[in-house]
Amino acid sequence: MEHPNTLKKHIFGFLWSLILTFAALLITLRTNLPLGWKVTIIVTLAFFQLIIQLLYFMHLTEGDSKWIQVVNIVYGLFVAIVTVAGSIWIMLYNTMTH
Amino acid sequence: MANPSQVDTSKPLEYQSEDGKLKILGIWAFLGAEIVLFATLFATYLSLHGQTAGGPTSQDLFEVKEFMIETILLLTSSFTCGLAVMEMRKGSKKGYLCWMLVTLLLGLGFLVMEINEFATYVSEGAGLSRSAFLSAFFALVGTHGAHVTLGIGWVLLVLYQVYKQGFTPVTARKAFITGLYWHFLDVVWIFIFTAVYLLGMVS
Amino acid sequence: MDLFNFKKPEHFFVTGEPMIYMADVLIVLTMLGIVFVLTYYKKWRWLWDEWLTTVDHKKIGIMYLISAVLMLFRGGVDAVLMRTQLALPNLKFLNAQHYNEIFTTHGTIMIIFMAMPFIFGLMNIAVPLQIGARDVAFPALNALSFWLFAAGALLFNISFVIGGSPDAGWTSYTPLAGNELDPGPGENYYLLGLQISGIGTLMSGINFLVTILKMRAPGMKLMKMPMFTWSTLITSIIIIFAFPVLTVALALLTMDRLFGAHFFTIAGDGMPMLWANLFWIWGHPEVYIVILPAFGIFSEVISTFARKRLFGYSAMVYSMVAISALSFVVWVHHFFTMGSGPWINSLFSITTMLISIPTGVKIFNWLFTLYKGRIRFTTPMLWTLAFIPTFLVGGITGVMLASAPADYQYHNSYFLISHFHYTLIGGTVFACFAGLIYWWPKMFGFKLNERLGKWSFWIFIIGFNLCFIPMYLIGLKGMPRRIYTYPAGLGWGTWNMIETIGAYLMGIGFAIFVYCIIYSIRHGERDTTGDPWDGRTLEWSTSSPAPEYNFARIPQVNEIDAFWYRKRNKAMKVEESKPLKPIHMPNKTGLPVILSIFMFIAGFGFVFEWHLIGIIGLLGVLGCLAWRSLHEDKGFYIPVDIIQQTEAKWKKVSARGKSITS
Repeated sequence: MEHPNTLKKHIFGFLWSLILTFAALLITLRTNLPLGWKVTIIVTLAFFQLIIQLLYFMHLTEGDSKWIQVVNIVYGLFVAIVTVAGSIWIMLYNTMTH
Repeated sequence: MANPSQVDTSKPLEYQSEDGKLKILGIWAFLGAEIVLFATLFATYLSLHGQTAGGPTSQDLFEVKEFMIETILLLTSSFTCGLAVMEMRKGSKKGYLCWMLVTLLLGLGFLVMEINEFATYVSEGAGLSRSAFLSAFFALVGTHGAHVTLGIGWVLLVLYQVYKQGFTPVTARKAFITGLYWHFLDVVWIFIFTAVYLLGMVS
Repeated sequence: MDLFNFKKPEHFFVTGEPMIYMADVLIVLTMLGIVFVLTYYKKWRWLWDEWLTTVDHKKIGIMYLISAVLMLFRGGVDAVLMRTQLALPNLKFLNAQHYNEIFTTHGTIMIIFMAMPFIFGLMNIAVPLQIGARDVAFPALNALSFWLFAAGALLFNISFVIGGSPDAGWTSYTPLAGNELDPGPGENYYLLGLQISGIGTLMSGINFLVTILKMRAPGMKLMKMPMFTWSTLITSIIIIFAFPVLTVALALLTMDRLFGAHFFTIAGDGMPMLWANLFWIWGHPEVYIVILPAFGIFSEVISTFARKRLFGYSAMVYSMVAISALSFVVWVHHFFTMGSGPWINSLFSITTMLISIPTGVKIFNWLFTLYKGRIRFTTPMLWTLAFIPTFLVGGITGVMLASAPADYQYHNSYFLISHFHYTLIGGTVFACFAGLIYWWPKMFGFKLNERLGKWSFWIFIIGFNLCFIPMYLIGLKGMPRRIYTYPAGLGWGTWNMIETIGAYLMGIGFAIFVYCIIYSIRHGERDTTGDPWDGRTLEWSTSSPAPEYNFARIPQVNEIDAFWYRKRNKAMKVEESKPLKPIHMPNKTGLPVILSIFMFIAGFGFVFEWHLIGIIGLLGVLGCLAWRSLHEDKGFYIPVDIIQQTEAKWKKVSARGKSITS
C-alpha cells in the first residue's frame, strides 16, 4: 500500500496549490478582464485546488470504500452547488421585484 | 460496532481494523455534510454581499496582504499535515509529532491573524450588527475559524494519545481522521479566499 | 452581551390560562408518580443499567417509539384543540395568541418530534436485523442521537409551561419570527430545540449510512437488500446533505435574535425571504426523509401479506434514487407567491412535477405486487391498502399545487393543508401504524390484538377522511390557513363542523390503539417462533424479542427475501450445524445521557439569553467529547456457553409453541 512517490506527490500538490492561489490573485487584481470572466476563472481555479487537495492530501481514492467516498463527495458538491447557485438566483435575480 | 482488536496487517495501520474502516468512512460522510453546511453559509454570504446598509463594503475592509498571509499559512499547514500522516504511515512517531506541531503552529498563526482582523473590523465600527453583509461575513469566516479552533484542540488530544501509546490501529485511525479534517478546513478556506476575499476586492 | 446579566423574562412560568394550569398540575403529578413508582419498586438502577446507558439498537428503537407515541399524543391534543376552536364560527375557546402557539407546536412536534423519531425507531429496530448485523456501526453514537433528540424534544415541549410557546408557525418565517415582532423566549425554544435534535438526526444519518454500506451479511449485495433497508439508506443520504442547511438556518436566526445580527431582519439590509429560501432547501428534502422510509415499510408489508416478491424491485430502488436527487431541486414551490420571477417559478414547477414520475412508478409496483397475490388482510396490511388511494389523492393535489399560476389560488388555503395532511398522514402516519404493528412482535414477543387494531384502523380512517376531504372544498371556497376564527355566513360553518367531528374520530381511533397495546400486553398472542407473519426478510429468522447479539451465527444471503428463500430451501439446518463463536459487543455507556444533559442546559441558557449558563453547557459538551476520545471502548465478548443457553431456551419455547398450534 505504501507508495514510494508519496512525498513527491505531496510536494507536487503543494506547489500546484500555491501556483493556483497566486494565479487567482493576479487574475483578480492585475488584469482588466470583465467581472464575469474573472469570477468564472477564479472559481474554476478553486475547484482545481479542491481536486488537488482531495486526491493528493486527503487520499480520497484510497481504502476499501473509495467509491462510496467519491460518490459521497460528488453528491455533497451537487447539493452545495444547487444551494449556492439556486439561492443566488432566487435572491438576487428575482425579476419580479427588481 | 466492529471489534477494534481484530486486524488485517496487509493494510495501512489506520485501515487495519474493521472499526477503523467504519470510522474513516463515517468521517467522510461527515465531511460531506460539512460541505453542505459551508455551502449554506456561502449561499447566505453571496446573497447578502451587497446588503451593506450604508456601512463599509468588502472593498473598504479587506487588505490583500493580510488575507494572503492567512491563506499561505493555512495552505502550508495542510501540506505539513499531509507530511505528518505520511510519517505516520512509515511508523515514525517522532516524524508525525514534529510535523503535526508545525501544523498546529501554522494553524495558530492563522487564527491569531484572523482574530486580529476581526478585532480591527469591530473597532472600525464594522461589527456583526452593522449590516447584513457583515453578519454574513462574520458567520461564514467565523464558522471556519471556530472549526480551526476546535481542530487545534482535537489534534492536541490525538497528539497526546500518540505520544503516550505510540501508533496502534486506534491512534493511527485518529491521526488519519484529524488529518482529513484539517485538510478539509484548508479546502473550505480556498473557497473563502476566492468567494469572499478575491471577489470582495473587485465587486 | 453581558455574561453575568441574568435578565428576568416577563413571565417565567406561563400564567393566566386555566388549561395551562391544568397541564402544570398534570405534569407535576405525573413526575411525582414516576419518581414514586421507580423508588417504590427500586427500579432506578434498572432504569440506568437497562435503558439510559444502553447502546443496543433494539432498546434505542423502543425508546424512540415511546417518545414518538407520546409526541403523537401531544401533537394530537393540539390538533383537537384547534379543531374545537374552529368547529363553529366566532368561538372563543382559544384566543388568537393561544391559537397561534398551538398551530406552531402542532406542526413542529408532528414533523420533528413525532414523525422523525417514529421513523428512526422503526429503522433502529429493523435495519440491523434485516441486514444480518449485530448492531449499528457506531452504537454509542446511536445512543447519543437518541438522547440529543430527547433533549431537543424536552426543551421544545417545556416551552408551553415555562417562558411561553413559539407562535410563528412551524416554518417560523421571518420577519414575523424576528426579535422586533416576536420578542421573548418562545421562538428561541423553537430554534434551539430543533438545533439540538437536528444534530442528533445528522449523526443518525451518518450512522445508518455506514451501517448499511459496510455491515451487511455476507452475500447480501446492494440489490439484494430488503426494501426498507434501501429506503433507510436513501433517507440517510438525504439527511446527511439536507440537515446541515437547517443547522445553519437555525443558527443564523438565533444570531439575529440573540446577538443582533441582520440576516433576516428588515433593518440592516437583511433579507427576510432568505429564511424561507434556506428553510425549504432543508424542508423539502425533509418531506422525503419522512416519506421514503414509509414507502419502505409499505413495500415490506405488501410483499409479506401478498406472499409475493416485491414487483419491480430495481425500479423501486432507482425511483428512490431519483427522488433523493430531485428532492434537492424543488424547494421554491413552497414560496411561489413570494414574488420570484416567471423563470424561477417555471423551472421549479417542472422539477416538482418530475417527482411525481418516480412516485407513480412506485404506486404501480405496489399494485402489481398485490395483483394475483394471496392477500391476508391483517391490520398492517389494512393500513397499507388504505395508504395507496390516500397518498394518491395527496400526490395528485400536490401536482395541482406544483403549477405555479394555479398555486397563487391555492396558496395558504385549506386546500394546501389538506394536501400535505393527505401525504403526511396517509403516507407517514399510516406507515408508522403499519410498521409498529408489523414489527411489534419482534420487539416484545407478542402480537397486538387484531380485532382492536382493526377497530382503531376503521375509526381513524373514517375520521381522517371526514376531517380532510372538506378541507379541500373549503380551501377552494377561500378559507385561509392559520386563522383562529371566522365569521358566520361564509358557508364555512358546516364543513368545519364535519372536520371537527372527523378530528375527534381520529382521536378516538388513537385511543383505541393505545387500549389495544394495553390489552395485548396481557392477552396478546405470544410469538414463540420469531416468525409470526410468515415473513420474508432476516429479522424474522431470529427469536422474538431478538437476543442482545441478534444472530447466533451471521446468516449467509443468496437471494432477495433471504429468509423466505431459506425457509423454502431448508437451508436452516445447514446453517445451524456451523460452530458458535464468541460474539463481540460494545459496552454500555452513560456518556450520551450526560452529554445530552449538558446540551439541554446550554439550550435552556440560550433560550433565556442567560449566556453564562449556555456557555457552561457547551463546555460540558466539549468535556464529554474529550473524555470519550481518551476512553476508547474496546467492547466485550459474549462467551459461547451463554449464547448456547439463550438459543436453547428459544428453541424449547419455540418447539412447545409449535406443538400447541399443530
